[in-house]
Amino acid sequence: MKILLATVAVLVAAVPLVAHHGAATFDTDKELTLKGTVTEWIWANPHCFLKFDAKDDTGTVRNWVVETQNPTGMSTRGWRRTSFKAGDPVTVWLQPVKNGASVGRIVKVLLPSGDTLIAIGPRPDAAPPRQPER
Amino acid sequence: MRLPRGSRKGDIVAHRFRFSLIAAAVLAFAAESYGQYQPWNNPGRIQVPNSQPAAGPAPRRDLTGIWDAGNAGVNGTGYSTPPLTAWGEEVGKTHKSGNGSRMVPIAEVNDPLSTMGDPTGFPRIILYELRPVQIVQTPESVLMLYMFERRWRVIWTDGRQLPKDPDPRWYGYSVGRWEDDYTFVVETVGTDERTWLDNAGNPHSDQLRVVERYHRLNQNTLELSVTLDDPKTYTKPWTPRDKLQLRLTPPGTDLMEMIPSATEAAAYKKSMAEPSK
Repeated sequence: MKILLATVAVLVAAVPLVAHHGAATFDTDKELTLKGTVTEWIWANPHCFLKFDAKDDTGTVRNWVVETQNPTGMSTRGWRRTSFKAGDPVTVWLQPVKNGASVGRIVKVLLPSGDTLIAIGPRPDAAPPRQPER
Repeated sequence: MRLPRGSRKGDIVAHRFRFSLIAAAVLAFAAESYGQYQPWNNPGRIQVPNSQPAAGPAPRRDLTGIWDAGNAGVNGTGYSTPPLTAWGEEVGKTHKSGNGSRMVPIAEVNDPLSTMGDPTGFPRIILYELRPVQIVQTPESVLMLYMFERRWRVIWTDGRQLPKDPDPRWYGYSVGRWEDDYTFVVETVGTDERTWLDNAGNPHSDQLRVVERYHRLNQNTLELSVTLDDPKTYTKPWTPRDKLQLRLTPPGTDLMEMIPSATEAAAYKKSMAEPSK
């Protein structure tokens, strides 16, 4: 079974970041960690995106919009249409766009359940996180 | 009854017991593997690679099944092409792509597929987004049912010739023939030059001729090579796909929808692309 898990893990880790655009818009050398509250989760092509409110350094609440890959690609990483609902407290690791807007792409997200959804880079294991009941 | 160790009958019983344990473990392993398989909305990756039987010989003149090239089927960055003609250069300059040498920031991308919800078109659907494809054979045609866009092509095998001066179509006009019992060759003309070849915005004209070669290596493996000949756009023919391997997915695989809708493209542009300017 360890061999099976390792095999699946390697296969999943090998899934590349395939997008309709490259990374030029994002500051890939910068990673922010923001605690916030989900306002909307859009499960769509060409990219899914998460909207959430988070306070900046001055205490002002900003609404962030951060993307992932498409639903097909994210499904192989355990993401689902039901992964988030409005009001969920989340911690989001993200790479922001270069122009300073509250826009970026997700590296990973810590869910209220304690599970982590990975968007960029290899997953630590093959088991998909638990999904909330709807 | 307890049997003494070392007796012939005792050895047989012990052997059978060990065999039963191994068989039970194999069954449990198979059941667990099967349990991980999604009955609905499979994203196209073969989730349990060892669930397939060992590859037997290829059946004769038969490509039926759902085939998946995995990561290799999706070429996100586009292709390096032969030199463009002057016409090709001019058209290429108007393509503001999300990747490759014509890459621009997200807000400036004008890819008709991802920003407008235009059809992927042919041959882009086999060069860029070759997600799983189900192949169906009828007495007079071969049908290609693509997971991406939920689009299909009809490859006529009834002996008809390609049209001489066709009206362009997003997916062109295709005829196919068996070169031998394991190699199916498709020729396509009459494609629509509004479509791009790939994510790098490489152009093509309506003079494009495409040859696809599907060679079934064995029961579970299909090889695809694609050659393009477009003298209006490129200075020589080229082969963007060379023996790309596709694997047969398990029977009963239900594929996800993966449709680039105009509504979703507009929502992405409004929420993500525009603010990133």
